[in-house]
Amino acid sequence: MDRRVAVIGIGTTGFRAASPEVSYREMIYEAAVKAYSDAGLAPDQIGSFIACSEDISEGTSIFDEYCPDQIGGARRPVHSVSGDGLHGIITAAMNIQTGLFETALVECHSKVSNCIDPVEIMNYALDPIYNRPLGEHPEFIAGLEMRRYLYESKAQPKDCAAVVQKNRAHALKNPWAAYPANLELEEIQDSPATFDPLREIDRAHHADGASVVILASADWVKKNRVKNPVWVKGMGWISEDPGLEMRPWGRSIATQKAAKMAYKQAGIRSPRSEIDFAEVDDTYSYKELQHLEDLWFFPLGGAAKAVRSGLTRSDGKFPVNVSGGCLGMGNAAEASGLQRVLEIVTQLRGEAGVRQLKRVRQAVAQSWRGIPTTSCAVAVLSKGVNS
Amino acid sequence: MNGLETTRKETKLKKKGSVPQANVPSGPLLKRKMAFEGTPLSGKDFEQGKVLFTTYKPKLAYAWDTGRAIGRYLQGLKEGRLLGVRCRHCDRTVIPPRAFCERCFRPIEEWVQLQDRGVINTFSISYVRWDAVRLEKPTLPAVIDIEGTSPRVGILHLLGEVDPKQIKVGMKVKAVWKAASERIGAITDIQYFKPE
Repeated sequence: MDRRVAVIGIGTTGFRAASPEVSYREMIYEAAVKAYSDAGLAPDQIGSFIACSEDISEGTSIFDEYCPDQIGGARRPVHSVSGDGLHGIITAAMNIQTGLFETALVECHSKVSNCIDPVEIMNYALDPIYNRPLGEHPEFIAGLEMRRYLYESKAQPKDCAAVVQKNRAHALKNPWAAYPANLELEEIQDSPATFDPLREIDRAHHADGASVVILASADWVKKNRVKNPVWVKGMGWISEDPGLEMRPWGRSIATQKAAKMAYKQAGIRSPRSEIDFAEVDDTYSYKELQHLEDLWFFPLGGAAKAVRSGLTRSDGKFPVNVSGGCLGMGNAAEASGLQRVLEIVTQLRGEAGVRQLKRVRQAVAQSWRGIPTTSCAVAVLSKGVNS
Repeated sequence: MNGLETTRKETKLKKKGSVPQANVPSGPLLKRKMAFEGTPLSGKDFEQGKVLFTTYKPKLAYAWDTGRAIGRYLQGLKEGRLLGVRCRHCDRTVIPPRAFCERCFRPIEEWVQLQDRGVINTFSISYVRWDAVRLEKPTLPAVIDIEGTSPRVGILHLLGEVDPKQIKVGMKVKAVWKAASERIGAITDIQYFKPE
C-alpha cells in the first residue's frame, strides 16, 4: 500500500474585487467543475470532501451544512476545516494516508465583498477582554509587527515597497489576478502611512474567488496512470502564542517550526538549494520578507537583499510569488492558501503559459492565518516522487 | 461558591489515584476553610458593577449576492410567481431554483413556473417567539411540498387562516400573496399558505 499523496486536479474562478453576478454556491461550482474536468473525475469518485471556511466571514453559523452541494459532496463524507487552504490540503492528505480514502477534494472560497465591514470581522478575532476594549483598528498589529521586523532584520521600508512592486508586476501575467499594476518604487513609497511604518499600499486588497484541489493516493495515481501528478512531499502546521503581549513580533516562529516539520518529511536539508521557487503569504509586504527568512531560505535580513537584487523576481534565481501573491491577486482569505498550491501545480506541470518558470521541480507553499494570528502552514510540492 | 463546594465533596469521596482528578488547588490553600466559602451572586451584583465583566456589542453586517438562480427566484416572487428548475438528467423538478443539480452535478438550464399551492409535509405549532417570548396565539411554520415538484421538494413558510387543531400532514394549501405594490422580491412576498 503506497500512501504518498499527489495533487491530481485543480480548478479556480480566479480572483476579482467583487462577484455580484454569482452566489457563493455558483462561484464554487465553477471552480469544482474545472477541478473535476482537470482530474478527469466525477464527484462519486471522491472519497472525502474538505471545505475551509469561517462562519463569521460567511455570516452563517455551522457553515459546514452549506458546503456539500456545490462541490459534489451531497450525501457524501464532508467536513469543514476552520483553517487556511493549506490546512485543508494537509487534512485531505492525512485523510488519504489513513487508508480510508483513495481520493479527497479541498474547497476554499472568499465572498468577502459580501461582508459590509470586514474590519469588524478582523476586530472580532482580538481578545475581547485584553485588547478589544482599546477600540483600535486591528491592523495596528501589522504596524507593530512590521516595526519590530524592520528593527531586527535591518530591512528598509523601501525593501517592502520593492515587494509590492514585484508582486503587482507579477500579477500582470496572471489572468487569475485581480490587482495587477506597473508601479514605480517612488509612488509606492509615497503611499500614505496607515499604521506607520505600514503604508496603505503595503496591504493586499480583498478579493472574491473560489479554488478547488483534488488529491489522490500513490496507489490511485499508478492504477489510473495519472500523467502529471504533483506530490505533497512534506507538510507542517503550527499555532504559536495567541496573546499579543507575549509573542516575538519580529519573527514568525510558527513558520519556522512548520517549515522544519515539512522539510523533515520531505527529506530537505538545504531549503534554498533544494527548492526552486516559493509561493508565500504576502498579506502585507513585509510578511513576504519575514516568511522567506523563517522558511529558512535566507538569514535574517537576507530577504531584503534578495528582493533588492531581483533574486526573487520571476526572472531571478529564486522566484517568489510569481502568481502575484496576495498583493497582486488579492487577499481571498482561505482561498489564498489554496491558490498557492494551484500556482505551484500549474508551474510544475509546465502549464503556466506566459509566466512559466524554467526547469522547476520542487516548490514551497506557506500560509499565515492573518491578523491577529500566529498560525502558519507549510507544504512542499514536488514533480517527482524522489526529486 | 456552589460549584466549588460540590467539587470539594466529590473530591472527598474519591479515593487516591482515582481518575479523573478534580481540579482543586492543593497545599496550604486547601487547609484554609475560607477558600471554599463565599456569598452567592445575584443579578444586582452584576448590575452594580460588583462583579467585573466586559461586554461587546458586535457590529456585524452582511449583504449576500443572490446570484443567478436565487436572483431569478426572487424576481419571480416579486411578480407573484413561483419559479422552479428541472434537471433533465435526474428527472427532478426542484424549488428553490439552483444553477446546478447537486445529485448529478450538471448545470440546470430549464426553468418551470409552478403552481402556488401544495401539500403540508410537516408543521409545528410554535408557542415561543424568536426572542423566547411566550405566545398566546402560536405561529405555524410548515414545509409545503409544492405541486409539480419531485417528491419531498418544498419550501419552508408559515400557515395562516387556519385553526391549529385542524392542520394535518397532507393538507392542501395555497399561497396568500402580498399586494403587487408591496412585493419586494423576498420570500416574505408570500404572506402565508392557507387551506384550499
